[in-house]
This record gives sequence, structure tokens and C-alpha cells, in this order.
Amino acid sequence: MVLSVENVTKSFAGADGATPVLRGVDLQMQAGETLALTGESGSGKSTLLHLVGGLDVVDSGVIRVNGQDITEMDDTARAALRRSEVGVVFQQFNLIPSLTVAANIAFQARLSGRHDPTQVAALAKALGLTPHLEKYPEAISGGQQQRVAIARTLAARPRLVLADEPTGNLDEATAAEVLDQMLALVTETGAALMVVTHSQAVADRMSRHVHLSQGRLA
Amino acid sequence: MTLTVFTALLSHWRRNWLQFFALIAGLALATALWSGVQAINAEARASYDAAAATLGEGQFDQLVPRAGGTVPQDTYVALRRAGWQVSPILEGRLDADRGRVRVLGIDPLTAPGTMAPVAMNADADLGAFLEGELVFANAETADRLEGQIPQRILIDEGIAPGIAVTDIGAAQRLLEADGQLSRLTLARVQPMGLPPLSAVAPDLTRQPAQDAGANRLTDSFHLNLTAFGLLSFAVGIFIVHGTISLAFEQRRGMVRTLRALGVPLRTLVVLTIAELVVFAVLAGAVGVALGYVMASVLLPNVAATVQGLYGAQVAGTLQLRPEWWVSGMAIALGGTAIAAAGALWKIAHMSILESARPRAWSVASGSGATRLGAVALGLFGLGAGIAIWGQGLLLSFALLACVLIGAALILPLMLRSAVGLAERLSTTVIWQWFWADTRQQVPGLSLALMALLLATAANVGVSTMVSSFRVTFVDFLDQRLAPELFVQIEDEARSAEVETVLRNEAREVLPLLSVETEIAGVPSDLFGVRVGPTYRENWLFLDRSGDVWSQVADEDAVVVSEQLARRAGLWVGDPVRVAPDVTLPIAGIVADYGNPLGQAVMSETLFRSIYPDQIATQFGVRTEDPEALTRILLDDLGLPPAAVIDQARIKAFSLSVFERTFTITGALNVLTLGVAAFAILMSLLTLASLRVPQLAPVWALGMTRRDLGRLELLRSVILALLTTLLAIPLGLLLAWVLLAYVNVEAFGWQLPMYLFPGHYAVLSLFAIVAAAVAALWPAFRLSRTPPSSLLKVFANDR
Repeated sequence: MVLSVENVTKSFAGADGATPVLRGVDLQMQAGETLALTGESGSGKSTLLHLVGGLDVVDSGVIRVNGQDITEMDDTARAALRRSEVGVVFQQFNLIPSLTVAANIAFQARLSGRHDPTQVAALAKALGLTPHLEKYPEAISGGQQQRVAIARTLAARPRLVLADEPTGNLDEATAAEVLDQMLALVTETGAALMVVTHSQAVADRMSRHVHLSQGRLA
Repeated sequence: MTLTVFTALLSHWRRNWLQFFALIAGLALATALWSGVQAINAEARASYDAAAATLGEGQFDQLVPRAGGTVPQDTYVALRRAGWQVSPILEGRLDADRGRVRVLGIDPLTAPGTMAPVAMNADADLGAFLEGELVFANAETADRLEGQIPQRILIDEGIAPGIAVTDIGAAQRLLEADGQLSRLTLARVQPMGLPPLSAVAPDLTRQPAQDAGANRLTDSFHLNLTAFGLLSFAVGIFIVHGTISLAFEQRRGMVRTLRALGVPLRTLVVLTIAELVVFAVLAGAVGVALGYVMASVLLPNVAATVQGLYGAQVAGTLQLRPEWWVSGMAIALGGTAIAAAGALWKIAHMSILESARPRAWSVASGSGATRLGAVALGLFGLGAGIAIWGQGLLLSFALLACVLIGAALILPLMLRSAVGLAERLSTTVIWQWFWADTRQQVPGLSLALMALLLATAANVGVSTMVSSFRVTFVDFLDQRLAPELFVQIEDEARSAEVETVLRNEAREVLPLLSVETEIAGVPSDLFGVRVGPTYRENWLFLDRSGDVWSQVADEDAVVVSEQLARRAGLWVGDPVRVAPDVTLPIAGIVADYGNPLGQAVMSETLFRSIYPDQIATQFGVRTEDPEALTRILLDDLGLPPAAVIDQARIKAFSLSVFERTFTITGALNVLTLGVAAFAILMSLLTLASLRVPQLAPVWALGMTRRDLGRLELLRSVILALLTTLLAIPLGLLLAWVLLAYVNVEAFGWQLPMYLFPGHYAVLSLFAIVAAAVAALWPAFRLSRTPPSSLLKVFANDR
């Protein structure tokens, strides 16, 4: 099992005291599985994704990635997990603006010690980025930037890919194209993919669909 | 991983070369100003030390010929035989092909301990020196002498510039002065029961060791320069702080991404520190080199100034001294640490999920300004506490720091308030938008404006201090050198004869009677003076009561020096016992800069009644024709040339030296304002990209790019004007602290403060012009921004 989430809760402090966002979530994912996580705004989708990705810490409950309990990890161990086991594709792409497209794609693979120039070239070709490798992110379109972000994540060959609204900033045609390519590559690497989305069309492309409502999975 | 992350961090600078340039240039300029001033100070101090050590100047009493000329060697031999511990010195100029050299002949066997620090080493034994085979000089002087003299020249950088030291016999041969000596140095401790000097060497007179006055004035000059260097450095640090903060804001997204991709926080912080250390070392090296160039350019002026003022010789060229290299690099690293502390703290505490978007400084909340204002008020309170209860030089500098940092921190709040008021008063929509937009820009520009504030305040403060120093010193010279001639006779028997001649030939004769005594426990000179128009018209009082000179003339009061008053805890109106049976009230306090002894002045008649045996041997003389009177004194009375001193010439020379002091201050003023203008330019250029989204909607609503450019320029000028208006009172406060606290704590006397409104107007104009020049290029760039760039703001697919 790639991911196991057991009875996870999370609250955020607000002006009116602590606001519970997740109220005991349980979820499992196997290798190669694709999962759509949907829900209304504020339902806790992104929070769950951040917790699974080791970007934030739970209030209670247990999250295991590849059998490792990440809720017991310190900041350094969670950083190591993010480098090697988990890949996150953000809605805002989060590319490094001062690095070229090629350097951005190779970046996480270099951090995890799994850099393979052949694979970077193959990913760039598969995502139609070859002509843009020497450009800087500001010089390419939003769709192309999202492709770079996907390539960066997959080049590190993580066991679990997390994508937060990966097509939220793209037009319909570009979104469909990017999604096709991401699914094909995930299938090829055998990673599990969790996609947070508002889009029914995106959700329909995943092998499993769970809905989060008021902090609980429906 | 480390290399990958470090490369990613550095890539930011590769893509933002302007920011990189601003960072390096800001730090380099700050270091340059600091190390340049330090270099000048270090060089000057080293030269004084070398001169003092080589010549024994000011350290020992000397025996010199009464009538000028030289001392026969036989006289020296007679004195030694009589038991006097004297050492011969022969001095003279040697014209070498590459310039004149002052040859100094000494006798190392009889020279007092700290004289003649000739570096005796394996190459130079005492025997060779005594045989006249060796000459010691620094490298530059040695170069001048090379091939010109038969002796072997050994380099000793401890020797003062332009001086060659050799054995007395060798000097006599080189200077063709066989059997002649210039003067004799007296050891501090002499045997008991010596025959009187007048019996053994009646033609010689004893010249006392110089007092520490010149050194104290020199120290004051250096302290002022150091304070200026420190202020300039503070201006530079504001630039570095601004650049680092902006770079961090722009790299906020990168930091978040790196952490999200698994870079540990510790690695990120360590690598950021490493990056800054590399930059600091690079900029520090550039800064020290720039400081060296700056000091090289300014040093001839400084050399002329200190040489003329204090008689100390400063090398005209710089030596690379390890101490100011170390000091420059340390200040670059320390400055970077101070400037970067905030940014590093933010990195260390930034949440991984915090907004990745760079927070434009322009939208930084006003609460920041309020918070800074509160800190500023705290600092002002602390400063006030120090001013009231604090004592000591260190606390004086702390007071200075409180005032300056407090003023800088309160600036954003004051600017925001001023601009907010303008916004409320404006009636048209364009001006309302302009002021609202300006208010938004204040946080982004505040660091650069703080730099401008400090630079302008430093200039106002230091100019006020130097100008006050000049006015005070000129007044002091007018006061003390008012008589055109000063006559000093050795033979008391001729006093009446000389005075009679002077009375017949001069407008006013001022005999000066004095005894060394102790007044209120302070070693002092007590003077008896003939009160007349010269004293009434020229002497200025720091404090007085009524008609001072009439009270003195009536034998009802005395005048005392500031040093005596402060040390004895006396002031105007207090009675002081000036002689065993004479206690008189103090009618006035006069400045007596640089004199460690106290001074009290009473009327001539009272003095003569207390000390009937004292005979005047010194006369101040007021005359319309000093040259004619000098001829009479020399030709008719047969006085030696050294007995008549043309004070008018000394005064004119001193004044010309002060003008050179101003050259240095002026150059440093221009440099600091240049640095501040650079800060504004860099801030405007780096903020330009953040401005586009704010300006694009206004452009879309119908304002032309040219109008926007003009308004950007106007905004900079207005903010600079407001900043300058605040800088003037701050500068005056700074001058007051320097004059009333730092100088008193450091040297024991207070300089009066004078105001120079014309000077401040010019400085303000310079500051505003500097800001306008800095804003010109960004404004021009804005007016030429392509519409496509403005349109990108409205594109969805960004």
C-alpha cells in the first residue's frame, strides 16, 4: 500500500477559535491507482493533500506513505520524504523562475539523487517541451508551465504523486491535454496519483473518486 | 543536493543582475566609505607616531641657540663633561635628484630611550651605524636617496616620510656642517647638582617639551572623521538591507518551492548564509579597494591639513595596512549580517504553506510603519535618558545611535502621515490617486529614503560641526593672535628698553606676565595682562557676567579658561583663589582649545603687586606696519630673528589649512549623497517590475505612459523633499550631540554650535537633485514601457 490515512483530524486557528477542517479521515491508495478528491471550497481537500505530502502536520491520526508513519517524522525527515517518495504538482506551478525549463524539470530528480538525463529528455519530449528547454518559465505559457511542473515531479520517480488542481489555471483544451499526458506518465511509472479537483471531467478520468464534505469523506 | 540548491539560489542573482549589482555595490560603497576614512586615519596616526618616534618631537626638552643658527659641537662636549644628559641632533635638507630629504643625525649612544627607533637587525649592527656607513629611511625616501649618498640605505618603514636617519658624524658630512649641531635633546632625568645651564652654555636656551594640545586637536579631527565614516557606513547598510529584503521577497516563492520539494530548512538557511558570506567577502574586497582609491585621492588634502595645522607629517601615499583591510572586511561581513538578519529570520520562520507570491513592498501594511514608529519613540526615550543621566564617551555614541536609528525608523510613519494629509486635501481625482499611490509606495521606498535621511543628516551634522569648529577656531586665532607681532626676549634686563621702543613705534603694546601656579588644585598659568582695546574687542567668552574687562581692569575679577573652570567645578560668579592672598570672582570663561593646563587672567597692575619680581619678556604688539617694526626690532635693538613672530602670517596660513579641511568634508559629503542617490535608484529600479500591475489599470483608464513617468519622477522628488526637511533638524541634533556630548566626553571641552542656513539650503538642494537624478532613469523607462507589458497584467494566461 502506497498511502494509508487513518482517522486524521486537523483544525486551524481563526478569529473565532479553532476551526476543524478534517474530522477523522480514512483513506488508502495502492500503487498505480488514480484517485480524484473532490469537495466544496473549504471542505479540506487541499489540507488533506498537504498532510499527505508532508507539507503540514496532523492534529491526530496516522498517515503512512510506503509504510512509513510520517506523522512521527520531524521536519528533516519529512523533507527527505518529499524529496524521494512524494511529488507534488501545485495549482500555481511553483517553478523556479531563475532556472531554465530543463533545469526545472531536472531539479527534484537531482535533489533525490535520481537524476537521469535520458529520462528528462524523454519526459520533455512526451510533454512537448523539447523546443522550450532553454527558455525561462516566464517565456512560456501557463499550460507549458504546468507541463514543466508535472515533468519535474515525475522525473524524480516518486511512489505517490499529489496534484492540487493541476488544470485549474488552464483552458479546457489545454487542461484535457495536460491531464492525458499526466495519466499516461503516471501509468508508465506505476505511481499512485491523487488529484484534488473541482472538475467533474477530471474526476471522471480517475480510477477512483472520493468526495470530501465538512471534513469527512462521503 | 547541496550543490543543486546552492545553484538554484544563485540563479536568482544571475537572472536579476541589477539586484546583484545593487547588493554588491551597496555593500562595497558602504565598506569603501568606512575603510577609506579608516585608511586616512590609520595613515595619519601612523605618520604621527613615526614622526614622534623618529624625532622625539614633543617628548623631550631641547636646548636651542638663543640667537638662532647652530650649536657648536664644543658646547655639547662641555655640557656632557659638566654632567648634563644631552644628546646631539643635526638636522638639514639634502637636495636629492628626486626631491628633498630631511637628514637627521643622531647619536644612538646618548639619545633618550624612545628616540631613534632605528631597526637594528642582522643587516645593521650598531657598529656600522656609528661608523656612519648606514642611513635608515622608509622605502619612498630611500628611493629618493638611491645613488645620491655614499652610505648604505636600509629600509625602515617606521621612519617618518621624507626623513633619513643616520649617525651624527655622517649627517655632518652629508650636510657639510662639520662641528655643528642643530639642537640638543635633554633626557627627562638629569643628575643632581649640575652646574646651571647659563654657566656652561650661556648661548643656549631651554625649550620645553610640547604639550599634548596638538595631539588632542588631531584626535578631535580623527574622531570627527571616524563618526562620518560610521554614518556613511550606516547609509550603505540601508542599501544592503533594502536589497537583501527585496531579494528575499522575490525569492519567497522559490524558498517555498524548494522546501516543498524536500530541501530541509536547515540546509536552506545555511546555504543562504553561505551565499551572503561569499557576497560580503566579494563586496568587502571591492569596498576596501575603493576605499583605498578614495583615501589616495583625499590623502594629499588630509596630509596638508594635519601637517599645516599640527605640524605632523603624513605620508602622501597610502600603505596597505593589514589593520584596515581586516577592519574593512569585518565591517562588510558584520554589515551584511545586520542587514540580512531580518531576511534570514523570516526564512527560518516562514511556513512552508505561506503565500508563494512575492508580497510587493508597496502593499506592505501600514502597521509596519506604526510598529517602527513605536520602536523609534522607545529609542528617543532611551536617548533622552542617556542625555540627562548618562556619562562617558561610549554612552555619548549610544545617544548618537538612538537619535539616528530612531529618526530613520520613524521616517515611514511621518512620510505616510504627510502624504495622507495631502491625499485628504487634494480635490481632483488624478491628485487623489497620485497621493494614494504615493502612500502605497512609501514602504517600498522607505529604506532608500532612510538612507537619504541619514546621508543628508550626516552631511548637515558634520558640516555644522566642521563649520562650527572653523568659526570657533578662527575666533580663537583672532583672539589669541590679534597682535600683529609677538616679541619674546631672553634677557630680562632688556625688557624695559624693548617696551619703550615698542611703545614709541606701535599702536598698542601688550606685555604678557605669567607664572606657573596651581589654581583650585589645577596646574595652571596665571597671566597679568594690560587691559586695552585688543582684549575688549577680540576676546570672546563662553560665558560672562557684565563688562568683563572693566572688572578685570579694576582688579575686581578674573577670567579663567574653560578647562580650569570645568576641572575645578567653577563657573561665572564663583570666587576663585588665584594667589595666596587673592580671591576674586570669575567674570568670564574663555575657550583655550587643546591646552591641558588651566589659565587665569588678571590685570597687569594686580599681577605686578602680587609678583613684583616678575618682568615681562613677552609682548603682543599692535601695529599697522609689522615689517617696519620687525626691522627696527632686529636692526636697531639687535634682537635675534627668532624673537619676533609674525602672527598675521601664521593666522593666514592656518585659515588656508582650514579651507583644505573643507575640501575633505565636501568630498565626503558628495560621496555619501551619491551613495544615498544610488540607494534610491536601485530601489526604484527593483520596484519597477512590481509597479506595472499597479500602473496598468490607470494607463488603461486613459493616462498616458508619459504622464505616468512624469508623476513617478515628481513622486521621488516630493518624497526626497519631505525626507530632506526632516533631515535638517536631525542633522542639527546630530551636530549638537557631537559637539555638546561626544567632544566634551572625548576631549573635555565643548565647541559652540553655529548655524549655517545657506549651507543647509545647498545641501538640501543637492539631496533633492540626487533623488531626482536617481529617479530619472526609472521614470523614463516607465514612460517607454511597451503596451504589451502593460496588457499582460490583464491577461488570464499569465
